[in-house]
Amino acid sequence: MGGPRRRPDHERVAVTGLGVKCPAGCDPDALWATLASGRSCAGPIERFDASVLPARYRFACEVHDFDPLDYFEFKEARRLDRVTQLGVAAAADALASAGAVDADPARCGVVAGTGVGGLMTLEEQHGVLVERGSDRVSPMLVPMMMTNATAAVVGMRLGWTGPNLCVATACAAGTHSVGEGARLIRDGVADVVLAGGTETCITPLAMSAFGRMGALSSRAEEPELASRPYDAERDGFVMGEGAGFLVLERWDRAVAREARIWGEVLGYARNSDAHHITAPVPGGAGAAACMQAALADAGLEPTDVGHVNGHGTSTPLNDAAEAEAVVKVFGERGVPLTSNKGAIGHLVGGAGAVEAVASLLALDRAQIPPTANHTHPDPALAVDVVAGAPRPAPPGPVVSNSFGFGGHNASIVLALAEAEPRA
Amino acid sequence: MQRDEVLEGLADVAVELLGVEREAVTPEARFEEDLGVDSLGLVEIVMAVEDRFDLTIGEDRLEGVTTVGQAADVVLDVAGAAEDAPAEAGA
Repeated sequence: MGGPRRRPDHERVAVTGLGVKCPAGCDPDALWATLASGRSCAGPIERFDASVLPARYRFACEVHDFDPLDYFEFKEARRLDRVTQLGVAAAADALASAGAVDADPARCGVVAGTGVGGLMTLEEQHGVLVERGSDRVSPMLVPMMMTNATAAVVGMRLGWTGPNLCVATACAAGTHSVGEGARLIRDGVADVVLAGGTETCITPLAMSAFGRMGALSSRAEEPELASRPYDAERDGFVMGEGAGFLVLERWDRAVAREARIWGEVLGYARNSDAHHITAPVPGGAGAAACMQAALADAGLEPTDVGHVNGHGTSTPLNDAAEAEAVVKVFGERGVPLTSNKGAIGHLVGGAGAVEAVASLLALDRAQIPPTANHTHPDPALAVDVVAGAPRPAPPGPVVSNSFGFGGHNASIVLALAEAEPRA
Repeated sequence: MQRDEVLEGLADVAVELLGVEREAVTPEARFEEDLGVDSLGLVEIVMAVEDRFDLTIGEDRLEGVTTVGQAADVVLDVAGAAEDAPAEAGA
């Protein structure tokens, strides 16, 4: 097993803080407890009157224990869509957990991903337009709905004047954000970056639309069994909501201030299927190439990898294409594969960021969390899916994947911190 | 419509939208400096006041309005003008 071949001109990227606001709970320990239990968070929708939806789609993985007033003054909370409230809160938690970062604000950046941004506000205000007319539409609609609101608000609250970006690559946005954030540090542009993703698509319009696409599971009679990644009986994804953020920090700074280093972003790649606006390219060629490029970026061979945290949405097409891609890269049943979406559903633009947190927790605990509801392995998928109970993790980095509508692929390689860089 | 009634309404709106203490919403209170209202917030407040008093306040009426008391005077003025105007059919 070879060590990573690092580029001497690249700054190393440490992860020194973690924050989540997700269906499994509002801190990393709660997330881990749920993932390790193999339980699903799915249940009937409580956020809005779901009777507007077909009965088969009236369930989701909601965040229940989040109070915006724990993070915002009343007036500020009123002017932020829930997607930004969750994102900013996760970012605040991540930064608080990182200790005294104490960096030049001009060298501190934010990369925040989301699929669609402030959809709840958009839908609500469209209702106002239709019912009451144009001059009743809120002047706050634009700043509340725009996809870059979370990145902007995270930066404003901290007075961070370095790079501030939003990545909107659908379901891949969370992983892209972590990767792009790592690139800012690696390239010497920033010393500290809050990188993550957030999403709140549990809305009447979004649930209707994803349902009309045939993307959602229709197992409403047993919502807790509905999200079943890589399982033979999977029938679609379960909508989730929430946010995850990581504090990425220049390695030497993190070491010098004796920060707790959760791990290192060793590699990152992104590419495109260039195939279809929603369907993955058959055979998973794009996903395979993306994983291979991320490994090459990290200077690793497939045999170095400990496990894969898959995109694993529980849709027939995604899981088949991803499984084929994993086989292409790692061989048949060549690497343990897990998906967190069985437990927490699909957080769209928040997914990759929460899953990056979960991957680092898995490395920390040396355990791979099981894929919830994976009880009937699909014989067509030649992958080794971790199911039932946590499995002791083989040593080695995690490859975490996200694939978005539009054919956007993202893979990051996360590794436990090593005290000294290997040559 | 009495000025007290309008001030009461403005206080309700400010408490609801800004989360400020009712006592802070005096006629002398300045929207920007004392109540922390920016230009977007002022538009929200005007919309809420229009709804409450069933009025339409033209944007030109807000020029130079910086305090709660001045806003109350604009509301009274607009309401008075509406009352003075001949009733529309069916209104």
